[in-house]
Amino acid sequence: MMYSGHTACPGCGAALAMRYVFKALGPDTMVVIPPSCAGTIAGAFPSSSLKIPTLRISFETAAISASGIRAALDVMGKKDIQVLAWAGDGGTLDIGIQALSAAAERNDNILYVCYDNEAYMNTGIQRSSATPEGAWTTTTPVPFTKDTPKKDIVRIMAAHKIPYIATASVGFPPDLIKKVQKAKEVVGTKFILVFSPCPTGWRYSSEMTIHIAKLATEAGIFPLYEVENGDKYRLNRRGWKAESLKEYFSLQGRYRSLKEQDIDRAKERVAKEWDYLLRLAE
Amino acid sequence: MKKKYGMKKLEDLPLTSITFLTSEANETGEWRSQRPVIDPGKCNLCGLCWMYCPDMAIGAEGEFFTIVDKYCKGCGICAQECPQGAISLIVEER
Amino acid sequence: MKKVISANQAVSQAVRAARTQVIAAYPITPQSTIVEMLASFCAQGDLQAKFINVESEHSAMAACIAAASVGARTFTATSSQGLALMHEMLHYASGLRFPIVMANVNRALGSPFNLKADLSDSLSQRDTGWLQFYCESGQEVFDTIIQSFKISEQVLLPVMVNLEGFILSHTYEIVDIPEQDRIDAFLPRPAERPILDVEDPMMMGATTDLYINFRYKMHQAMEEAKAVCQKVDGEFRAVFGRGYDLIQTYRCAGADIILVTAGTIAGTCRVVADRLAAQGLKVGVLKIKLFRPFPQEQLRRALADVKKIAVIDRDFSPGCGGILAQELKSALLGSKPDISVHEFIAGLGGKDVTDDDISWIVEQAMKAREPGGIKWIGLLE
Repeated sequence: MMYSGHTACPGCGAALAMRYVFKALGPDTMVVIPPSCAGTIAGAFPSSSLKIPTLRISFETAAISASGIRAALDVMGKKDIQVLAWAGDGGTLDIGIQALSAAAERNDNILYVCYDNEAYMNTGIQRSSATPEGAWTTTTPVPFTKDTPKKDIVRIMAAHKIPYIATASVGFPPDLIKKVQKAKEVVGTKFILVFSPCPTGWRYSSEMTIHIAKLATEAGIFPLYEVENGDKYRLNRRGWKAESLKEYFSLQGRYRSLKEQDIDRAKERVAKEWDYLLRLAE
Repeated sequence: MKKKYGMKKLEDLPLTSITFLTSEANETGEWRSQRPVIDPGKCNLCGLCWMYCPDMAIGAEGEFFTIVDKYCKGCGICAQECPQGAISLIVEER
Repeated sequence: MKKVISANQAVSQAVRAARTQVIAAYPITPQSTIVEMLASFCAQGDLQAKFINVESEHSAMAACIAAASVGARTFTATSSQGLALMHEMLHYASGLRFPIVMANVNRALGSPFNLKADLSDSLSQRDTGWLQFYCESGQEVFDTIIQSFKISEQVLLPVMVNLEGFILSHTYEIVDIPEQDRIDAFLPRPAERPILDVEDPMMMGATTDLYINFRYKMHQAMEEAKAVCQKVDGEFRAVFGRGYDLIQTYRCAGADIILVTAGTIAGTCRVVADRLAAQGLKVGVLKIKLFRPFPQEQLRRALADVKKIAVIDRDFSPGCGGILAQELKSALLGSKPDISVHEFIAGLGGKDVTDDDISWIVEQAMKAREPGGIKWIGLLE
């Protein structure tokens, strides 16, 4: 559901996320896109790289714009068209979180996909609240790399008790596609967080995108799981390898300033998060 | 498009920024400094390269997967992920 | 059917009568009763619309824009702070050339905090590409909302209908609500326009270096809008027997001085004009109803023979003055070398503008040979 010739960076994880999710949704879909890498990938006048109707909207409004289209389509009797909000981590966890929380509280019948490249990449790699601890960005330069953990948007969405939430990754396309297909069948607010490595911002060689995406999940740093109705947790993979964490960090230039103790602390954080997830999944 | 839009004259433009063409005219193959080469002898047609390409620049020609020269940006994901090691990257001469 | 209702209720009745399809609104005094009534209509099935309870006015406008993108007839209402919060989205709405109707209940902008009538909120949004009407009665509000749906769907620009907080919003007057079938006939389903369609996918709002061309198209639409507003008003008058035109003149022929204003102050001016006429002073009253696009030709014609005008602004742009005065002066530039424009600021923050205030304004303007600076009414000593 995308045309070649789009202007994503070589090796772009976000473009892969778009390719997989749009494919899973099919042509009876409308998408709203705020300013983001995705907006740039979608194209500039007079050309679009997307095969579905697209509305470019302002930064904060991904969720409410999807809700607005949904309401209009419902009133006009066009209930078979899916409405997708497609935003990056900045547009979701920061500036767009108010509208997203409101849509979730109303349980508006939209699919909200957040492709997470862990910073404001389109504007030049500035930090977002999704930037992990220890990462370099242009607004968290060494030695003032990000000193707070990644905001847990899944936990926030779970608190809204929406019918379906999932984490997914471009490193595991069949899993991502399955989750999108599952979300399609659910009425209410659906939220999918897609791990989308960025060679430009994470400072790695472009061919490593899939490898790094897989590593993140293997190292336990990006677990794959689903949450139904805010309290039923299903882990798609159990177990994680602490050794993979070191490789994961070492492959990315943005983590160049991490010291041994930072990596140890990261392992502790991952272990703690997994404890919590395992308890919830019982 | 029901109405025929254009970009030469003011009156040909739509009333606001509404696209009427696709990105296919943009030959992103011009970007690359390295190009992938698929060895059909080693390829077992698993399709992972096709699946992992962010630019849909791997297509099929009869029994074989081929690189779409027009769009391939040379990111190298296909070469990295091929389980058979059937894809190598060479310097783009052009 | 004649009802005794508030202007806010008149707004809701008009939105219902127009068969609006999507409403997204956030409560703010003095607008809240509009959305309460609309929510009630939707709940009772009097209005077949989706009502989205948004979490902010910024989202309210975003929702309307999104709903309009697939062809729905859509509406929101707000006031002062809410309108200011929506500012970014007002630009989006007009830039996308969507027909959206909004009622704005004029209220002072904080800080300091004030809930009462002041036109600065909407007048300071004059650069956002929205048409703007100013009303002085519940009936005018009802009629203007109905007309606005038709106008916006023809010019493909959003329309803001303004009514003063509390003075109109919460005041009960007689409003004639026509039968539904006559309104349906006046407001047929809108003509085709570019919308999102899975049968013909395209992207709206894409980045463009041809930006200046699209702004020019908006300029063309604004220019044509004046004629469309007059045409629709004429059609309305033919069907319902009531019309408003772009500006309204009262006793302006042969006047020694014309008072120019917008909103309910015009009503008080007319009372004073009658009183002063009995004393032999010829005072005219010119009410600006359509503010955007600014009705330059109509104003020049109406003010062609008068030597003095007194502009009464229930608004204020710091560092500049009254906005109506500023717009009027620039509209008259080149056409009226010998008219003197006397500027008055009154009624900010809902301060009552009385007939005595108007009489004082006339007296000041009449006796001053030169306009002098802006005069403020009702300040403490």
